Amino acid sequence: MFNFNFSGEFVAFFVFSVMIISGAVLMVSFTRVVHMVVSLAAVFIGVAGMFVLLEAEFLAFVQVLIYAGAVSILMIFGIMMTKHQDSDAEQAKPLHETLTAIGALALFGILFYAIRQSDFPEPEQALTQGTDNTMEIGKLLFTGYVVPFELVSVLLTVAFIGAIVLAKKEAE
Amino acid sequence: MLSSYLTMAAILFCIGLYGALVKRNAVIILLSIELMLNAVNLNLVAFSKYGVVPSLTGQMFTLFSIAVAAAEAAVGIAVLIALFRARGTVNADEYDEMRR
Repeated sequence: MFNFNFSGEFVAFFVFSVMIISGAVLMVSFTRVVHMVVSLAAVFIGVAGMFVLLEAEFLAFVQVLIYAGAVSILMIFGIMMTKHQDSDAEQAKPLHETLTAIGALALFGILFYAIRQSDFPEPEQALTQGTDNTMEIGKLLFTGYVVPFELVSVLLTVAFIGAIVLAKKEAE
Repeated sequence: MLSSYLTMAAILFCIGLYGALVKRNAVIILLSIELMLNAVNLNLVAFSKYGVVPSLTGQMFTLFSIAVAAAEAAVGIAVLIALFRARGTVNADEYDEMRR
């Protein structure tokens, strides 16, 4: 069942796993909102490390730039512009939390059982080794995925203009 | 190695689900949704390397999903700030009326 070979990839995977899981668990257990965002940044950086392990270097840099940089800062802005002084602990709902924990654990049990049951065949040929990951992604973006790429740019423009309009202070 | 990555993503998804259902602060609920999106991205990239036919398609889908998630985060925060201005609270369980 656990036939691990202790290669360098496994050690790096273990380190990043500990980083991700501890960051996520701390996010759930902290009571101050700002602490939650900082621990979540650790999760994002850990996921970026896993992308490097999976030979997706461009995605790793995108992850660091957008998640660890932009989204975290955006969330901190959101926290600072709303009421954040009172901690999250009061009015705890033990029944609700217990039921949610049981549900989440059950979902994880089902997923883990499914992952263990299914056998994944070894890939016939490895992912193109030794080539420039960023250049390959750029070629794909401008050949096969041109229409989705342009649609994403339209989506981002519309979303950010909409965000500005929504958050703009109303004239009193 | 593929099953290790899938298990890791499942753990991350379940923690994000728990946070999204339990937390009261709406900003933290948005962050938990980002956690779940990250778990899905991890699955996509893992299948792009260790799947039956390794290709860059999984990485392309991850790129688009990151872009959509960034747009979602910006619009979500803007809606939250507008709601906070109207109602004076960020607790999701107090948003219980359709209108004043």
